[in-house]
This record gives sequence, C-alpha cells and structure tokens, in this order.
Amino acid sequence: MKPPTPVWRRYDRLLGPDPFADVKDELRFHLEAKIDDLVAQGWRPKAARQEAERQLGDIRALQQIGASIGEQMERRKRLKDCWSDLRQDVRYALRTLGRDPGFAAVSIVILALAIGANVAVFSVVNTLLLRPLPFPDSHQLVWIAPPPTDCGFSCATYSADAYEEFRAQSRAYQDVSGYEAFTTPDNLRLTGRGEPEPATSIEVIGNFFQVLGVQPFMGRLFTPDEARGGPHPVAVLSDAYWRRQFNADPAIVGKAIDLNGTPVTVVGVLPAAFDFGAVFSPGLKVDLFTPLDLNYERNWGNIVTLFGRLKPGVTVAQARDDANRVAPHLYQNVKYPQTLGRYKGDLIPVPLKDYVTGKLRRSLIALWCAVGVILLIAGVNLSNLLLARAAARAKEFAVRGALGASRGRTVRQLLAESLVLSGAGAVAGLGLALLLIRWLAHQGSVALPLLGTLHIDGAALGWTILIAVFTTILFGLVPGLRTGGSSLQEALKDSGPGAGLGRRHERVRATLVVSEVALACVLLVSAGLLLRSFLKVLDVNLGFQPDHAASIMVDYDDSAPTDDASAAKRAVIFQQILTRVTALPGVEAAGMTDYLPLGPNREWDTPVPQGQQGKVFAPGELPDPLVYVVTPGFVRAMGIRLRGRDFTWADTLHSERVVLINASAARIYWPGEDAVGKVLMRGKEADRVVGVVDDVHEENVEGPVGSQIYYPVTQQGPSGAQLVIRTSLPPAALAGSVLRALRELNPKQPAAEFRPIQTLVNRANSPRRFFMLLVAAFAGLGLLLAALGIYGVISYSVTRKTQEIGVRMALGASPARVRLEVILNTLRLAVVGLVAGTAASLVSARLIASLLFGTSPWDPTAYAGMALLLVAVALISGYIPARRASGIDPMTALRSQ
Amino acid sequence: METAKLEFLRGTLDALILKALVWGPLHGYAITNLIRRQSDDALLLEEGTLYPALWRLESKGLLEAEWGLSNNNRKAKFYRLTPDGRRQLRREVATWEAYAAAVAKVLEATQPPLAEEIR
Repeated sequence: MKPPTPVWRRYDRLLGPDPFADVKDELRFHLEAKIDDLVAQGWRPKAARQEAERQLGDIRALQQIGASIGEQMERRKRLKDCWSDLRQDVRYALRTLGRDPGFAAVSIVILALAIGANVAVFSVVNTLLLRPLPFPDSHQLVWIAPPPTDCGFSCATYSADAYEEFRAQSRAYQDVSGYEAFTTPDNLRLTGRGEPEPATSIEVIGNFFQVLGVQPFMGRLFTPDEARGGPHPVAVLSDAYWRRQFNADPAIVGKAIDLNGTPVTVVGVLPAAFDFGAVFSPGLKVDLFTPLDLNYERNWGNIVTLFGRLKPGVTVAQARDDANRVAPHLYQNVKYPQTLGRYKGDLIPVPLKDYVTGKLRRSLIALWCAVGVILLIAGVNLSNLLLARAAARAKEFAVRGALGASRGRTVRQLLAESLVLSGAGAVAGLGLALLLIRWLAHQGSVALPLLGTLHIDGAALGWTILIAVFTTILFGLVPGLRTGGSSLQEALKDSGPGAGLGRRHERVRATLVVSEVALACVLLVSAGLLLRSFLKVLDVNLGFQPDHAASIMVDYDDSAPTDDASAAKRAVIFQQILTRVTALPGVEAAGMTDYLPLGPNREWDTPVPQGQQGKVFAPGELPDPLVYVVTPGFVRAMGIRLRGRDFTWADTLHSERVVLINASAARIYWPGEDAVGKVLMRGKEADRVVGVVDDVHEENVEGPVGSQIYYPVTQQGPSGAQLVIRTSLPPAALAGSVLRALRELNPKQPAAEFRPIQTLVNRANSPRRFFMLLVAAFAGLGLLLAALGIYGVISYSVTRKTQEIGVRMALGASPARVRLEVILNTLRLAVVGLVAGTAASLVSARLIASLLFGTSPWDPTAYAGMALLLVAVALISGYIPARRASGIDPMTALRSQ
Repeated sequence: METAKLEFLRGTLDALILKALVWGPLHGYAITNLIRRQSDDALLLEEGTLYPALWRLESKGLLEAEWGLSNNNRKAKFYRLTPDGRRQLRREVATWEAYAAAVAKVLEATQPPLAEEIR
C-alpha cells in the first residue's frame, strides 16, 4: 500500500527544504483531484474549478498556516540533527579518551589547575576591583583626606569643629559623616557575663550608617538625640559579635549590656553584609558601634576621618573644587581664631572605592596577568599533548577521510574531544577555585580589604565558561586543522613513526614547548623579583626588635578630680603592674605605651625648638610629630635603641617636662647638633629632650619614617595602655602568667589577646607576602607544566627514533653517547626558550617595577636563579627519556618494525 | 458554549483523521473521501479545516508525511500514522465511546431519577 517514491522527489528539494512550496503543492493536488471528480460527475471544467475552490475556502490563509507550521517543524528537526550529531561526537570522544585514561587524566589535571587559578584570581579581582563597594549607590561615596603623599592615615583626620563647618558649608554632598580614627582593638571590656571579655568598639558620627546606606538587621540606628550624647549610652552590634557573644539572641534589642562597668542599651544589630573592617580597616574586627559625641570631643584636636555621599550628578572633580572653596574657611577650633585655614588644601575627596582598593590595583592586575600566562601555558601544553595524539592517530583520521568523513567533520570530532576535556577541566577547576576562595576568605591575618566578602558569583561562573570555551577552541583547533590539512595519501603511506608527517609534527611541538618555556621564564622572573623584594622588606630595620616581644591591652582606672591626682594615680597603677610583670620568670623587660607601632597613631601639635619661636616657618617645614605616651622601660621592652636617658618615675608634673624624640625629628629640629638636652616649645610649655631614639616604622614597613615624640605617662594622659614585655621564652608561653598577674591587680582586666609583636609586623607585610606567595605558586605551576611539555616532546622523539637509535647502537654508539645526545636536545629546547623568555621578562619586569621594594627590575640574582632553576628542571625532564633511549636493546628495536 | 462546541468538534476531527489512516497512508483528498463514504455521506469534512488539522498532527509527531504519486500519477503528500498516532487514536476512541455512552444513557432514559438522588 506504500506509494512508490518517485524519482523527481530526490531532486525536488535539492536546495534545502521549502515548507511554503510544499503546502502549495499539496493544496494544488487537492484541487486537481476534486476537479477531476466533479468533471467525472458531469460538471463543466470551469464550474468544477470554482466549486472546488469554494469548498476549500480561503486558500491564502491556509497556505500561511501551513507554511508557518512547516517552518516550525523544520527548525525543530535541524536542532535535533545538530544535537544528535553532537551527542555522537561527544560519545565517541568519551570512548576515545577512555581508551587513553593517562592522557585524559593529565590533560584534565592541567586544565583544572589553570582554570581553578584563573577563576579564583578572577573572583579576587572581581571583588576588589570590578564590583562596586557593598553599599547602595556606592559610586556616590567619597573619602575625604589630605593628598596621600603628605602623610598616611594618621593625619587624615579632622577636628569636630572642622567636620561641622565642612558639612554645613559644602554644597556637593547629600551628607558627610565619619568615625573616630584612633580606635585600638580590644578597647572595651564586656562584663556581667562571667569573666570580663575584651571587645572592640568604634565611635561613629550619628549619621554614619545613613550616609553609607546601611539598614539595621534588627532594631534601629542612632537617633539625633543619642548622637549628641543623649542621656543613655547606646550601641549597635555587628552581626558577627551578636552571633558570637550573644548566641544570636533575637530579643537583644532593648537589653542593656555592661561595657567598662557602664550599662549600655543595645538599640540595633547590623546586617551580616556590613563589615566595617573589610572596607575601612582591613583585618580589624569591630564588635560594636557607639555614637560619637562631637561636643565632648571638641577640644581634642583632629579625631575624625571623613567621608561623604555626593548629591546625584555631582562629580568628584566638582566636589574637589567645592572642598577647595570651603577649606580655607575652616577652623580647627572655633575658639582659637589662629586655627583658621589649618586645613587649606587638605580636604580632597576621592572615590571611596579608590581609597579602599586603589593601592592594590597594580598588584591585582599583575596577578591577573600571571594567571592568564598560566592558562596560556596550560593551553599550549594541552595542544602539544593533543598534537602528539593526533600524530599517533593520523592513520585513523586518514581511514575516516577515505571512508568519506569531511575535513569539517574530522575537525569537529577533535573539537568535541577537547570540549570534553575542557568541560571536565572546568568543572574540576571550579571545585578547586571554590576551595581556594573559601580558604582565602578566611585569611583574617591578611590585611587586604573586602577579603572576607569573597565568593564565587555569577560573574565568576561566566568567566569559567568563557575560559573553558576559549581553551577548547584554541587548543582543539590547532591540532585539528593540522591533522585535517594533511594529505590522505601521505598519512596512509606514512607507515609509522619516523616518516615525514611525524617529523613535521615534531617541529611544531618543539616550537610550542619553546614558547611554554619562555612563558614560564616570565613567571619565574616575576616571582623571583617579588621574592627578593619580600626578603628586602623583611630585612628593613624597623627601629624595634619584634621577636621575643609581646603585647596585651591593659585595663586601668585613673579617674580623679584633677589632672594631677589622675597622673599620680596612674603612675601608681602602672608602676605596680610593671613591677609585678617584670618579676614573672622569663620576663626581661616591660613597659607600656598607648599606641603600638605599625598601627593607628596620632599627632598633637607642632613643637618649635626653643629660641626659634619668633621665626616664621614655611608650611611643612616643621613636622607634626606622631605622639606616643609611654612608661619608663618601654623603649627597652620594645627593643628601641636610645641615646640619652629613659623616662623615670621621678619625672612628674612637679618636675621638669621631658620628652624623647626620634632621630628624624632631631635632624629636623637641630640639624648637625646633638638634640639631647635641648628644649622644644609647645606654645608656652617647654619640654626638655632627654633622649633620642631610633626611627620606628609607625605605619608600614615599606614607607619612609616621619618625626615621632614620646611623652611620659606621668606628665601626659595616655589614651589607653598596651603592656609590652620582652622575654627570653617564646612569647606565647607567657600569655597565661601575664594575664593572671594583671587579673590579680585588677579583677576587671579582660582576657584580651596576648599578641607577639611579630604578628604586627607580619600583618603589615601580609599583602606583600600574599601576592608574592600567589605569584610564586603560579610560577611553580608554570615551571611544572613547562617540564611536562619538555618531557612529552623528548619522550616522543625518543619513541619515534627507537629504530634509528637501535641501528646506531648496533653500529657501536655507546649508551652514554646516546644519552648525551638526548640531553643535549633537551637543553637546546630549554636554552632557546630561556633566551626568548629572558627577553620577554625584561619587558614584563618593567611593568611590575612599581610593585618591587629595594629591587631593580633587572636584578641579576632573580634572572640567574630563574635560568638555573629552568635548566635544572629541563635536565631532569630530559634525563628520564634519555635513560630510556640508552636502555634500548638494538636487536629488539630493529626487529620491532 | 460556542468554544466548547468547537473544542469538541476539533477533537472529533482529529480522531476521524487518525482512524482514516489506520488502513494505510492516504493523501488529504483521499481522507475526505474515505470519511464521507464510511459515514454513508453523513459526515462532510470542512476541507478548510482538514489541512491545518493534518499539519498540526504531523508537527505533534502523530502523523508522518511523505511525497508520492497518486493513482493518476500526480505528486501528492501521503500521511501515515506513527506509533504515537496509533496510541493517540486508541485514547480518542475510548474517550469518545465513554462520552457517547453517557450521552445515550441520558437521552434514552425512560423514567426520572429518584427525588432524593437529584437533591
């Protein structure tokens, strides 16, 4: 009953399907058949046609319906064909790869490492550079500070009066806010819940959260009344502190907690997404926030940092002009007219994002480039492996070609294979990146901003897919085109390794390996330069001895009706503590300071050498030294070298005022003279310099050191107390006994962290260490991949030349000679790569020059080290095939072909 | 009411087309003739709705089409039932029979239901 397929049908749709014509044909047939029937019933032809068309109805509408349904079917069919082809290709690829699991495993591991590194670094770059800060409309937020060249964080502060005037007079901002800049960790103690626990709080201007756009997770923010020092002290908690300390108590809002003996009402809990430290002070964990009472702080000098939210449409440049207009009209303290204009040129808004991550931009871009190079090396490696396989499979492809497979189909098959490989590599790489990111996000000791907010997001996923597709196309296509392009006959005749095609492949592979080696060179040189810089940083003379010293925050109460009584009370307490602690076994020296080096600090005013008060100084000629208020014994405990005498407990408010200054300050005040015994004037007060100490790195290890001045706790009020002890034991061993001693003297002493001073240094160096380690890891990975590449090529060429080697050994070549030859071949590859790589490194080193410290981008040690390492690795990877070559048995080799 | 009637009719048309193809492949015109003859000229298919119905069934995979020659050597599109189409036909027939039986029961009733049953 099946109708025969007519001959014309074979050619009818030769140029592809045409649903519209099909519908027309079908309907024409219907009409003709109907007309025939009607004519047979006795109708006249013309009337019959009319009747048939009438019965069929609106032909044009019918045709349209038919065509659209037909096109839909056609589309679906094409898609299905495509899918089934792809499925076939992938199935076949899986089968082929399954036959060679070693190759598949090596390729997937290589790809996973490269893609994992890329995704992880991309996530870091995305978080720190690309993504906006985690605040609504964060592009409107600006940080307001003096130009960064003037001084670091310490002087980026303003007085309460200046803040209020600036806020009132500026027109560029929706609002301006800030926070108290001189917070130290563990500055409070939480009591009333067992042992006193340390807590870190920060005082913020009342509108702080509103300006940032942070909404409380629970409760509310500060009211204007509370911000002005309202009757009841209040605080909002950070999410982490609420969970850790209060077990995420859902009824915490409204409860009072006991801070430093004062009941403080919790009015709100902040959302988990808000991390003060991550943005403003990397590494600092802030537990709670209290409102800053500007009236109380009015006479305290520069205490707040500033940031603002620009009005919509206002650019940073406009804000800068606005600030320059306002700055000359600001007083540091309205009560003192001579403080007018102190901030001229010192209020410069920059995007908050630039302030937070701007310094890291170059490092991150360098890191990004490094992983890009890794991806390239991995790709070249994979290409090489695929090429070696393609050479071995040349016959298979020739046979498929002879059986009618088109060149496109063959290339597609190869592409499918690399798609399977890079797909598996991408999945494994993503897993790897996930682990890496999770680990990085918990590196609390690395002082990088926003690190805690790291996670893999849609962008990172998209990036993975992009990379996977890129590697697939690049590395599947090269060998694919080469294989597809070779002539059938040549391949079929090519009876085995050793003939023309194999030789040509080998040249390509050698070129690939050379480029791999060159890329690895670039990474190694960069890593070498960064490592040298890091070692130089570790060698920097900090001005103090960080090893064998530790510090702990000390709680004390020196409240008294007069300054005099307070100083006396303080002296007694501190003396008791120091006597007690020094008596502990293992403690060599002890002292106290209010600020430790490499952390926050502050300056008070501008002292003038005695006898020069009348002189007019150019702006900036006299420094505003950083101020430390310390006890006798502090410089010794810290390991700071002192010339002159240390403070004693006999230096009181009733004796002469004394100070220590650092060498830099001494050079500025009395150039070429001995500063010991000279007098510095602060207004009417005279301070005699009793000693000169070494310059201590106060902000960072790498930057220059400014002027510093030390006051005795007996003559000036410290803003806290850090006990520093020097010991012959490992500092951690003393933690228990020191805390016990402090508790015995003062039961309110919280269990503050006992920190080795070395951790301060490590923390300051952590970003450099972090980048150096990452680049070094990538360089190691690059080296490994290059070694694999060299091994692959040499090993393959030995296999290919088995017969030749056999003949030569039969003719009397010694195994040692054969071995030497293979090793020389290896060295040739390595040296060519080395030369190309050195040239490339000279260029790339210039690009990272700004990341180096005390190291020239042409540092010969780094280059020599790289060359040595590379040659050594090349020798090892060439030695294995060389041994195999020298072990060839001539008889077996000759018989095997 | 109007649309419900249309739905019912279209369902019936699909069933009739599927049934017509049970005995082998046919082209559209032959399908109209077959249904007319089988029903003793009682059912006259609207030709304008036949073809869209055929195409729809084809795109759903219930029918398969192939070009061939008609009895008088014209090129014509022949439709054939797929296994899916055969299954669909069985379902449609079952539905139709159940429906017809139900309607018949109501229409052929000789006495009213008990009063408490319709309350």
